[in-house]
Amino acid sequence: MDLGPHAAFIWISYAAVAVVVTGLIGWLLLDGRKQAAALEALEKRGIRRRSSASAE
Amino acid sequence: MQTLTQQLANPTRFMDLSARVLPWVAGIAAALIVYGLYLSFFDSPADYQQGETVRIMYIHVPCAWLSMMVYGLIAVSSFGLLVFRHPLADVSAKAAAPIGAAFTFLALLTGSLWGKPMWGTYWVWDARLTSVLILFFLYLGLIALRAAFEDESAGAKLTAVLALVGVTILPIIKFSVNWWNTLHQPSTDFTATVDPSMRWPLLVMALGFTLLFFAMHLKAMRNEVLRRRVKAMRTQAVAGRDRLATQPAE
Repeated sequence: MDLGPHAAFIWISYAAVAVVVTGLIGWLLLDGRKQAAALEALEKRGIRRRSSASAE
Repeated sequence: MQTLTQQLANPTRFMDLSARVLPWVAGIAAALIVYGLYLSFFDSPADYQQGETVRIMYIHVPCAWLSMMVYGLIAVSSFGLLVFRHPLADVSAKAAAPIGAAFTFLALLTGSLWGKPMWGTYWVWDARLTSVLILFFLYLGLIALRAAFEDESAGAKLTAVLALVGVTILPIIKFSVNWWNTLHQPSTDFTATVDPSMRWPLLVMALGFTLLFFAMHLKAMRNEVLRRRVKAMRTQAVAGRDRLATQPAE
C-alpha cells in the first residue's frame, strides 16, 4: 500500500491511537481484576457487605 | 413504573445489567472498527487536495467527536449528582474523565500530525486548537481535583461543579471555526461537506469509536462500583474491630 510522501504522518497517527486505546483497555482490565481480587479476599475473611447481610 | 435511570440507581442491578450488555457493546465496537479500518485504507479514495493524508480524518474526527461527547456526558452526570443525587452519577463522571482525556489527547495529536503536511506546522494558536487544548486541561483538572480530596463525597461535589462550569467550552469549540477566522477547516458536516466515498468509512469509524467508548465506560464504572464496595467493606471491618476492642471483657 503506497500512502505517498506523507505516509509517516498517517502511520504514526494510527499507531498512536492503537497504543493509547490498547493501554486504556489494558488498564481497565487490570484494574477490574485487582478490585475483584480485593473483594474476594475480604469475603474470604468473612467480611460481608451490609446490604447483602441485611438481605438475608 | 420506574424509568431506566431509576432502575439503574441500584448499583447491584447496574452490575448485573452491565455484565450482560458489555460483551455485546465491545464486540460490535471491535467489529465496526475492523470494518472501518478496512474501508479507511482499502475502500476510500485519496482526497483531490489532501492526497493520502485524508486517511487521518477517519481517526481524528471520531476522537474529536468523543472528546466533546464524553465531556457532555460528564456534565450530565455531574448535574445528576448535584441535583438528583443519583448514586451512579458520580461513578459515571469519575469513570469517564480519564477516557475523555485520552481521546482529547488523541484528537490533538492526530490533528497535529495531519496539520504538519497540510498547513506546514504542527500547531497554531487558533481558536479551535486552543479551545480543544483547554478542554484537555479541563479533563486533567477534573481528575486532579478529585484526587486532591480525601473525603470522596466533597471531592465529587466540587468536581461536579467544575465540570458544569467547564461545559461552556463545548459551544466555544463547536462554533470556534464559525466565530473566528481559523486555520482549522469548518466543522465536518456528514451530509454536505464529505464526499459519499469518504462519508461511509467516517460514519463506521465514528460509530465504532463511540461504542468503544461506551464499552470502556461501562467497564470503568463496574471497576469503580467494585472499588467503592471494597472500601466500604474495609471500613466496616475496621469499625467492627474497633467496636470489639472497646467493649469491656465479660
